[in-house]
Amino acid sequence: MRKFLHQYGILIVLGIMVVIMSFLSPRFLTISNFFNISRQISVMAIVAVGMTFVILSAGIDLSVGSIVAVTGIMISFFVQKADLSILIAVMGGLLISLVVGLTNGILIAKVKIPFFIVTLATMVIGRGICFIITGGFPISQLGESFQKVGRGYISFFPVPVLIMLMVYLVAYVILHHTSFGRYVYAIGGNEEASKLVGLSVDRIKIFIYGICGLTSGIGALILTSRMNSGDPNMGTGMELDAIAATVIGGTSITGGKGWIWGTLIGAYIMGILNNGLNMLNVSAYYQMAVKGLVILIAVRLQRGLEVE
Amino acid sequence: MNSNGSEYVLQMKGITKQFPGVTALDSVDFIVRQNEIHALIGENGAGKSTLVKIVSGVIQQNDGQIFFNKNLMTIRNPQHAQSIGISTIFQELHLIPDLSVGENILLGREPKRKFRLVDWKALHQTANSILQEIDLELDTHAIVRNLSIAQKQMVMIARALSLQASLIIMDEPTATLTPLEIDSLFKLIRNLQDKGKTVIFISHKLDEVFEISERITVLRDGKLVNTLATKDTSKDEVIQLMVGRTLDEEFPDRTPVIGNEMIAVREISTGKGISNISFNIRSGEVIGLFGLVGAGRTEVVRAIFGIDRLSSGEIFLDRKPVKIGSPKDAISHGIAFATEDRKSQGLILGMSVKENITLPNMNAVTVFSFVKHHSEKQTVESYIEKLNIKTPNLDQEALKLSGGNQQKVVIARWLCAKPKVLILDEPTQGIDVGAKREIYLLINELVKQGLAILMISSELPEILAMSDRILVMHRGRITGEFSKNEATPENVMACAAGLVR
Repeated sequence: MRKFLHQYGILIVLGIMVVIMSFLSPRFLTISNFFNISRQISVMAIVAVGMTFVILSAGIDLSVGSIVAVTGIMISFFVQKADLSILIAVMGGLLISLVVGLTNGILIAKVKIPFFIVTLATMVIGRGICFIITGGFPISQLGESFQKVGRGYISFFPVPVLIMLMVYLVAYVILHHTSFGRYVYAIGGNEEASKLVGLSVDRIKIFIYGICGLTSGIGALILTSRMNSGDPNMGTGMELDAIAATVIGGTSITGGKGWIWGTLIGAYIMGILNNGLNMLNVSAYYQMAVKGLVILIAVRLQRGLEVE
Repeated sequence: MNSNGSEYVLQMKGITKQFPGVTALDSVDFIVRQNEIHALIGENGAGKSTLVKIVSGVIQQNDGQIFFNKNLMTIRNPQHAQSIGISTIFQELHLIPDLSVGENILLGREPKRKFRLVDWKALHQTANSILQEIDLELDTHAIVRNLSIAQKQMVMIARALSLQASLIIMDEPTATLTPLEIDSLFKLIRNLQDKGKTVIFISHKLDEVFEISERITVLRDGKLVNTLATKDTSKDEVIQLMVGRTLDEEFPDRTPVIGNEMIAVREISTGKGISNISFNIRSGEVIGLFGLVGAGRTEVVRAIFGIDRLSSGEIFLDRKPVKIGSPKDAISHGIAFATEDRKSQGLILGMSVKENITLPNMNAVTVFSFVKHHSEKQTVESYIEKLNIKTPNLDQEALKLSGGNQQKVVIARWLCAKPKVLILDEPTQGIDVGAKREIYLLINELVKQGLAILMISSELPEILAMSDRILVMHRGRITGEFSKNEATPENVMACAAGLVR
């Protein structure tokens, strides 16, 4: 029972929120609003997948928002200025995001700079590069077909939501059905012991940050397509939302413990909050404060369940 | 027994403490008289430390009552214990290394001048007078980092006095002291007694206990066996009480079948202070590596296992020289290392028993790195049965097992990797007596199957009984090698203390 509450306690929190919102607004509990929320959270939720890998390994990645911007701008640049085919532009963008992530990993694992410092630095550098490339102006008008990624539907499912679910499914398989996933938990649980059982801790860490870069890139792809432009300001503050979704979802900030579906639930909790507060016409300033409070309460509730 | 209680400073009744999977203390009634030196002894895992932690407020009992100076007390935390006059000097000395002796003694209670600024002159004067009170020669301006362990202990004792402690508890204070330092510590303890203090002295060294104490309380497996007046008892009787059985029962017999050389190290040295270490281990052989704390035993193993780099020397496996640059290399050459500190270096405590066991050998239970859950489960089940690991299920967190079962999980993990050489660093530390015997039986079983085992231990009886050969280290060098028949407690100890070359 205790284990059940620990793992599913967050579902209860989500359930309570849904019930409250349904009472407060009749428009809340509709399929179209559900897809609406899902589409709104999809970018951040995908970025949070990589963040979950990183936090499970007892790290943190502050650079995800900047990776989103760099990737978005590079894809826009490839499509609009370099006039490459969409497929190549997208592949190029994702490759760049992967490389930035791997670079984070190498600086952390091999050069031995603390993860907080490394990702703080790449966050600032990345943002700087965006402004250098664009001169501060968005690269827009990316063409009709490119917008399908962010705005299209397959039957009545929004494409971004389908991409999000696929990313979660792949992450679930990696974390729970491969040896690599096992190693992610092991490193976060006890890095010293992991070394002593012969794990290549450095290499695993580099991959973890690589994954985090790549999911940021996938998020960037959707965001760029939806906005129909690459903006040097895109993804600002997304690292905090992604961290919030991850810890609300029950992943221990000290690593070694967590649940990938929890992160998705965490993302929904944040999404419902945004959506609900908008429906209730709460001003954006209050929304920020409420969001912070909900993070505290959600995490505290889980800890409470854990202790009792 | 006198029950009016007037002369008791500390009275503990029915103290019970449970940790996940183990009962550390089982309704213990422990009584300390005013102004006595009371020794608390028992084997590793007997419950001494747990009892001390309860008295000093570090942890709370699940059941039972504590009377201090006849008042029923709930000792909430260490600060509370100190405020009522109980000070504990733990093995790991809680001092701030970069502050001076005086600052450490009066930490948090510095004398103040105007504007709440520290009055340095008064601070050093007060500290000095405390030190003089117990005849300690120590410069109050000296930085604690530069002191010897014995001197640091004295600072802790001085701090206890400055807190007006009436009951001072010392947790194995002699463990890392030289004989000379032990003498002066004993002088200090008697001095404290003259000043009207009560001292609880924890040790597992009987000589010391008989020298310093007036009464002895023996703990065994979490129970208080007896409290005796030191002058009315003998070492033999106390050993009997501690162990609860004779020694040959404790260590199961083995007829060694010794084969070819499995591993040899030749003249290895590292930057971590070991030099020119040479030895070999043959199939079916248990080599015991003995030495005092800090002799360099763990460093030897770390070098072999590829954690510390060799500065010179060679390692041979199956008589072929090998390069071992990382634990991964060592494992691929068939070396397994069950570390000393299960909790910080061995287990991933938050992971399940199953995940801990298969971790170094995931290849055996995966195809294209996808986990075959069924075959993983079968593998783990077979080891749980073979090693008799007591766990409710495979998915139990390692954290929740008892020390003995945790150790078995660590060993199972390494057996799973099918090693040729198994290194066990303090394999029975902190586990109860029954589980120890199971570990010994397991060691016997493994060497019978042809494994070569290197066992590090600080427990002399264990080393003497379990090893086919014994290597003794002192200050980073091997100072003695004995066959099982040659080894006696005296000659092994002499080498460990560096008295023989």
